[in-house]
Amino acid sequence: MAVEILKEKYRSKVGEVVLGATKEEGGTRSHTITVGGETSLPYLHFEGETPNRPVMALEVWDTAPTEWPPFFEKFYGDVWNDPGEWAKKCVNEFGADLIQLRLAGADPDINDASPEDCTVAVKKVLEAVGVPLIVIGCGKPEKDNLIYAPVAEAAAGENLLLGVAELENYKAVNSACMANKHNIIASSPIDINICKQLNILIIEMSTAMANRIIIDPTVAALGYGAEYSFSIMERARNGALQGDKMLGMPMIGNIGSEVWRTKEAITPTEDEPGWGEQEERGILWEATTAMAYLQSGIDMLVMRHPEALKIIEKQIDDLMQDNSY
Amino acid sequence: MGLTGLEIYKHLPKTNCKECGSPTCLAFAMALAAGKASLDACPYVSDEAKEALDSASAPPIKLVKVGTGDHVVDLGEETEIFRHDKRFFHPTGLAVLISDTEDVAAKVEKFEDLKFHRVGLDYVTDMVAVKCDSGDAAKFKEAVETVAGKTEKAMVLLTEDPAVMEAALDVVADRKPLLWAATADNYEKMTELAKGKECPLVLKGKDLHETAELVEKVVALGYKELVLDSGARETSKALADLTQFRRLAVRKKFRPFGYPVFAITSKDDPREEVIQAGVYLSKYADVVVMKACEKQQLLPLLSWRQNIYTDPQKPVAVEAKLNAVGDADENSPVYITTNFSLTYFLVEGEIEATRIPSWILSVDTAGTSVLTAYADNKFSAEIIAEALKKSGAEENVKRHTLILPGYVAVLKGSLEEESGGWEVMVGPREASGINKFAKEKFA
Repeated sequence: MAVEILKEKYRSKVGEVVLGATKEEGGTRSHTITVGGETSLPYLHFEGETPNRPVMALEVWDTAPTEWPPFFEKFYGDVWNDPGEWAKKCVNEFGADLIQLRLAGADPDINDASPEDCTVAVKKVLEAVGVPLIVIGCGKPEKDNLIYAPVAEAAAGENLLLGVAELENYKAVNSACMANKHNIIASSPIDINICKQLNILIIEMSTAMANRIIIDPTVAALGYGAEYSFSIMERARNGALQGDKMLGMPMIGNIGSEVWRTKEAITPTEDEPGWGEQEERGILWEATTAMAYLQSGIDMLVMRHPEALKIIEKQIDDLMQDNSY
Repeated sequence: MGLTGLEIYKHLPKTNCKECGSPTCLAFAMALAAGKASLDACPYVSDEAKEALDSASAPPIKLVKVGTGDHVVDLGEETEIFRHDKRFFHPTGLAVLISDTEDVAAKVEKFEDLKFHRVGLDYVTDMVAVKCDSGDAAKFKEAVETVAGKTEKAMVLLTEDPAVMEAALDVVADRKPLLWAATADNYEKMTELAKGKECPLVLKGKDLHETAELVEKVVALGYKELVLDSGARETSKALADLTQFRRLAVRKKFRPFGYPVFAITSKDDPREEVIQAGVYLSKYADVVVMKACEKQQLLPLLSWRQNIYTDPQKPVAVEAKLNAVGDADENSPVYITTNFSLTYFLVEGEIEATRIPSWILSVDTAGTSVLTAYADNKFSAEIIAEALKKSGAEENVKRHTLILPGYVAVLKGSLEEESGGWEVMVGPREASGINKFAKEKFA
């Protein structure tokens, strides 16, 4: 019996955002990356387009992290004192599509690195690799607000993705992006109304920012509220497809940094023998978290463990296979 | 379900005979729509009308049970495409696959050990699948018997050969296993077997169309304890088919698809397999069969299942009380947080990581987070002090040190007063800051 396949017709689509700029475009990147543009829910190719496959960044810090589980040392230990070398390894060896540089060293409790130090780190990464770059601050707004402008200026023309803007603190980073034509990460705390409101405020400062926003809806790690983030993302994507322009941006999630502070990822095997081998457990915790967000429409994933990235790379290949009827 | 009184009225005799106890047929229809009357009360309703009303009032996806006793797994009866619209009801049955050509006893023992405790909950892998790869009925029967002897969990039997299935059912039919699979070639025999033994049956087509045809044929044979498998094995194709099953059942009330659905992984690499199973779990599969059997492989999947099958409208709360972390004693500090489980377990995890024995007082905030509870006046100095008194901390903890979440630092002064002399320290705003804080203050 013939089954009448049910295809949804959506009124709108997710906007596309271009990251990075080549020499012709005023930057120094070897290529650009376009994200977004979906015209259906995730991977339902039978009713719409996913013109740009989701991309993965690996995390690079401007200072060697001290609290990552010991097995990260075998991947990054030889390079994590030099953000340039670190980025190179992520791209050349581990296959990252792009790099997210976290200026963790700027944190007054870590190195209290100056804005000048931060621009040096950004330039090092830009010189070391040709992929587009994401740059985020240390997470302390009062310090980050001193960093955005010099970093944005030092990387003028590179079409960075810079973040993060929050409802209580978006002006400094948005101004830095506006002045130097970068893209912005708009972060909201698992709340669709704040997500929209922040986008409105950013665009109010400059309409040119409308197609330069990437939404960070806040991704919780698996087991720690991932279902809340999952549902917020599903709602946001549905809203985007139904024509809500303030939700119609690509989405990003910091998977690695969330996962690698959960008990399941950082507890050694001998402390929880009932949970299985730690590194594999952590890799699968990260990959499962990423899998879940791919199913709710994420466009950019920031990963930490190279093996988790590899698993998800393969899954993205699989999900991008045509499934039209 | 979902029928209005007027829609029901169309099917009634419209004679207003009053024999049902309602003054008019329309009043009876309204009572039916409100679930306050049963169609049986009408002596004159036609069979066609009855069937139309029955099927319209049936849930869009049938409930099918696998297994017996305490280990029954309920499949189906889902009503949503998105969990945020209401909720998902019956968690996907995760079945670990055992082949009759491997060391069956060893694998089933490993399977039995797949239970976990995390965030105050027990997670179990609830189904075991036995597959005939040997092609040998005797061998399969032996494998099935071995599995049945070592676990009480619900079983899935995988063979397309009715003779092989029959041999296995000789030993485990009373366990009500899920039988996979009836196909276009064997459905008559398989249906007869399933019907005779009252076991749920998976219908496997080559695609959605053939699956729908099979459903009609098997239903015509008088059997409805069914689970559907479109045969898709590639991740993307299976995702599409699983989506169509759910959409057509829920949105279109397409009856042939009104049954739970079955998925089986195709990846050989264990990591890829886990993640593939995750996709099926996220998108509508009611049963997922997979080879993975290691603790570190099942824990993430069971956690994700637990996550997406929670009720999104209900905040998840932990019991409000004084909890020991590590070997907390009378000299340990007392951290204060809410009883919202996400907040609580984050805080607990961070305190555990400090390896400094401590207490956590979870205050009853009706399962809301620190800031929400504070804004809602459920996390005031009075309420915290009251919870502290009720918890027995006064007597059991000599060291009177409280750590207040940084977001409600403003409560410090009033809490010192209300608690009757406890020292109140302002902790970090985020749980992630606890480690550093504790090491500075208590190490």
